[in-house]
Amino acid sequence: MKVELRINGQNRAAEVEPRKTLLDALRDNFLLNGTHAGCEHGVCGACTVLLDGDPVRSCLMFAVQADGYEVTTIEGVAPAPGELSVIQDAFCETHGLQCGYCTPGMILAAHALLQRNVAPTREEIVEAISGNICRCTGYGQIIEAVQFAAQRLQKANTPRPTDVSVVEAK
Amino acid sequence: MKPAPFDYVRPASLHEACELLAADDDARLIAGGQTLVPMLAMRLARPAKLIDILRLPELAGISEENGTVAVGATTRQAQAERDPVIRASVPMLARVLPWVGHPPTRNRGTIGGSIANADPAAEIPLVAVTLGAEIMLATTDGTRSMPADDFFVGAMVTSINQGECVRAIKFQVWPHPRVGTGFFEISARRSDFAFVAAAAQVALDEEGHCLDIALGLGGVADRPLRLDVSSLVGTALDTASATDAVHAACVGLDAMSDLHASAAYRRRVAVTLCIRALEQARDSAAAIPEKAAR
Repeated sequence: MKVELRINGQNRAAEVEPRKTLLDALRDNFLLNGTHAGCEHGVCGACTVLLDGDPVRSCLMFAVQADGYEVTTIEGVAPAPGELSVIQDAFCETHGLQCGYCTPGMILAAHALLQRNVAPTREEIVEAISGNICRCTGYGQIIEAVQFAAQRLQKANTPRPTDVSVVEAK
Repeated sequence: MKPAPFDYVRPASLHEACELLAADDDARLIAGGQTLVPMLAMRLARPAKLIDILRLPELAGISEENGTVAVGATTRQAQAERDPVIRASVPMLARVLPWVGHPPTRNRGTIGGSIANADPAAEIPLVAVTLGAEIMLATTDGTRSMPADDFFVGAMVTSINQGECVRAIKFQVWPHPRVGTGFFEISARRSDFAFVAAAAQVALDEEGHCLDIALGLGGVADRPLRLDVSSLVGTALDTASATDAVHAACVGLDAMSDLHASAAYRRRVAVTLCIRALEQARDSAAAIPEKAAR
């Protein structure tokens, strides 16, 4: 089946089997390997992407279901090639990652939270990343990273993280 | 690719979806897919055809009229959680939704999908049974509806027929100005399946006496149970009366035993959580000012 997606602000199309998950299509058809395949049945959150700005598990939907939606992957959050978004940079600063496997999902979950809420409480951060499993950090530094990113975004002159694809979709 | 191969169709109307479903015993509906896709990935389900109903306009939206709120089957759980009509008119649903899965699964998972899946530990079926909601079904030749209590037959078993689709869930709006809700559940981890869940909704008059009350249990039996605590109507819902009423309602409670919790444990926890849920509902109703417009 032909599927047309808008991924990170670009129109993309592919021929996929109906049983191909959005996760597999992103990795195999569009070569966006930043979206990680973890458990592949909706438990770990490593495959989180944004669908019209909301975090979802790309292993729990088929690519054909995403037809016509705006998909944002970890490759789409940096302002330019070789640069980091404020949230990505905050994860580096606070050692919010060790092996890095859960990190793309964590960052996208944090990204979606900070789009809606520039001053989240600790509880709100914990809730936002509750669907993402990390086996290295013990979560403490990830929460710190999101808090740090929130502080920096509050001080920046832009009210929200600048994400071209999300802004355009609105 | 983990799932077995299947055909995928996206019908243009609800009628067409029902006809496709009725014509093929191996066809299944998919909406949010948050339970079905893992089942497919583990090959516990191998349908020949998936009929995607998520974009059907007939199944979308939340509407309030004549004292009822109809929640369209494909309403996302996250959407219902934020919806002002749900928060004001079906407060028990708003109370439990943060306990359903995680934010990313609530962004895709639907209200109707949770109803049709009929997991005995799921929160949304618990609310439907406790509040006496009406399950509206679409069939190949029209519509039919039934009370939630008749809809749920057992674990993952409902009285839906092949060719039928959950269309909406209709809740009666409690007309009283002071309505409060309470909810507690015990699970291994937050947002995991509840061993026991208790949901309560109470309405209080100006003096704090109970005008109406609903109490239900999930995760205990093979389907949600509504408990009769109508003896509390007219009381101030003091803890002693609530405790007595809950104990009386839980006599002979049909609890299941499994790997996670014994029947005796479930019965014991059920009583405690019911009392806590009633107290939380009472306190949240009492916190609403008497003259507050709902």
